[in-house]
Amino acid sequence: MKSPLFGYALVVLGIAAVWGIDQFVIPWTDAYLTNVLLRIGFNVIAVTGLALVLGFTGQFSLGHAGFMALGAYGAASLSLHLNVPPVLAVPLGGLIAGLAGLVVGVPSLRLSGDYLAVVTLGFNQIIIVVVQNTPFLGGALGLTGVPVATSFGWTFTWVLLAVVFMRNLLKSSHGRAFAAVRDNEIATRSLGVDTTRIKVTAFVVGAFWAGAAGALLGFYNSSIFPKQFEFDRSIELLAMVVLGGTASLSGPILAAIVLTALPEFLRVLGGWLIKACAPLVAAGLLDAPPEFLGRLSQYRMVIYSLVLIGMMITRPKGFLGGRELGDVLVGAWRRVRPSPA
Amino acid sequence: MTLFVQQLVNGLSLGAIYALIALGYTMVYGTLQMINFAHSEVFMMGGFFALLIAKYSGVADAPSVPGVIFVAVGTMLATATLGATIERLAYRPLRKSGRLNMLITAIGMSLLLQNGALLVWGTNVPFPELLPRTTWVIAGVSVSTNNVLVFSVTIVLMIALHHVVERTQMGRAMRAVSASRDAAALMGIPVDRIIAFTFALGSILAGAASMLWVLDNPRVDPAMGIMPGLKAFVAAVLGGIGSIPGAVAGAILLGLCETMVSGYVSSTWRDAVAFLLLIVILLVRPAGLFGKFVPEKV
Repeated sequence: MKSPLFGYALVVLGIAAVWGIDQFVIPWTDAYLTNVLLRIGFNVIAVTGLALVLGFTGQFSLGHAGFMALGAYGAASLSLHLNVPPVLAVPLGGLIAGLAGLVVGVPSLRLSGDYLAVVTLGFNQIIIVVVQNTPFLGGALGLTGVPVATSFGWTFTWVLLAVVFMRNLLKSSHGRAFAAVRDNEIATRSLGVDTTRIKVTAFVVGAFWAGAAGALLGFYNSSIFPKQFEFDRSIELLAMVVLGGTASLSGPILAAIVLTALPEFLRVLGGWLIKACAPLVAAGLLDAPPEFLGRLSQYRMVIYSLVLIGMMITRPKGFLGGRELGDVLVGAWRRVRPSPA
Repeated sequence: MTLFVQQLVNGLSLGAIYALIALGYTMVYGTLQMINFAHSEVFMMGGFFALLIAKYSGVADAPSVPGVIFVAVGTMLATATLGATIERLAYRPLRKSGRLNMLITAIGMSLLLQNGALLVWGTNVPFPELLPRTTWVIAGVSVSTNNVLVFSVTIVLMIALHHVVERTQMGRAMRAVSASRDAAALMGIPVDRIIAFTFALGSILAGAASMLWVLDNPRVDPAMGIMPGLKAFVAAVLGGIGSIPGAVAGAILLGLCETMVSGYVSSTWRDAVAFLLLIVILLVRPAGLFGKFVPEKV
């Protein structure tokens, strides 16, 4: 069971399943639901990158959206101006972001903690301002006419690749080096590990996945706006990692799914509740469905922020608290059915 | 030369407003080592408080100087209450958990205030003109009453703050908490009360800043705090976060840089220059202009 072939088979099976769903389920799925699913996919890819930088290596980056912007603009201009096919442009967009990660990471990773956060935030805003002032990239009005190429199949193939890549990376000796830097940088350095190199590696890899996610997003919407990648987006990704639990990969992924779906769910919930009120109205108990239900989606950001605060106060270690989903489920199962001693 | 002096005047008055906000960031950072992301929303709420007070007290209908002072004091008290309440409800329960948690809670609080304000008041609400604006032109440089007001209020508040921090019992306790929270607690200083006081003090200054801001830009909007807040925060880091004179120096420097870039290059680049300045300074002096670099010890 532990043979590497088993792992490969699983990945191939996963990709086959993704394309199966793409071919046979998505055409019958409501366009709105597909849109939410794809947005979940983009966020999951970007979040795996940030989980590496923030969760596993402990480097506080507030500029992840900037790398998404570079990937999106890089891939879109490659395909618009050099006719690079989108299939190739997505990984190239990731590479552009990764390269930028190197350029940003080498000087700024000398700083730590809050200072690093501010500098990465600064780079994020600088990238946005530069894009806004570059006519070649569409300026503040955005880049339009990007070919539409992102499908469910492509997005989730990338999701699968990102998750498998990250899982394997974290299980390797690199993974232990990342964790060592997070837990005690000085002790790690004293063991002869080049911590700067480790931090920069994490940063570059994280930037690559952010870039790939941005590129996919660009090929999905067919237009890209600088506003999409401002620091509030970085903060959103940061919230996903912390809510999911740092030092966990499945936690942030779960958080990315929940936090992307939550606002949409509230919108749908409002519709359902209005329908549920219909019998009450018919029975004469209510004049009309409560007016605020129709506006429930307007409250979604308020509810989202309350969830964020409430979670931090009640579950400070995140959903999974530094464990992986598998371990949590196995633990729960053991509690329900204690193994015969 | 005229352009230079003109941008100097504009830059100083922008920097003064940044300084008032930056002080709130830096004082909270000094005591709690946390970036209070909700501080820019305290500034934003100050705008709405000023609007409400002006409207319901009738100052908006019959503007007068004592009326404006009344609105300003009311706004400052309201933001002080808000700041202390945020600390009590959202940050105090997290005192013992990690800094990342505090940061996310602060972000949550900031989103809550922004979206709450959006639901209650909507966007782009006009603010009544409370003070007639006069502009003097001296040798080609225009100086408005607002410039003068911003300067004088900021200077008075800085002197008051200096007095509070250096000369009062409360200020001494604040400095003690910021030097070492545990040692301060052992000396019998009520740490929680001092932290709440720090938030209130920072929020008073943010309230003053928002009052000055809306007198000059007569609109209030739930998103109005984001950019000034971010810039003020950058200013605080620039000057060495945790340091009060640093925050003021950083804010003035940032304000000047921004207006010089708007004047000589293009206003579309000014945000980039603010951050570029930050990055360059942090790379040269990793603890900011006035910050003390603390070497890591095992």
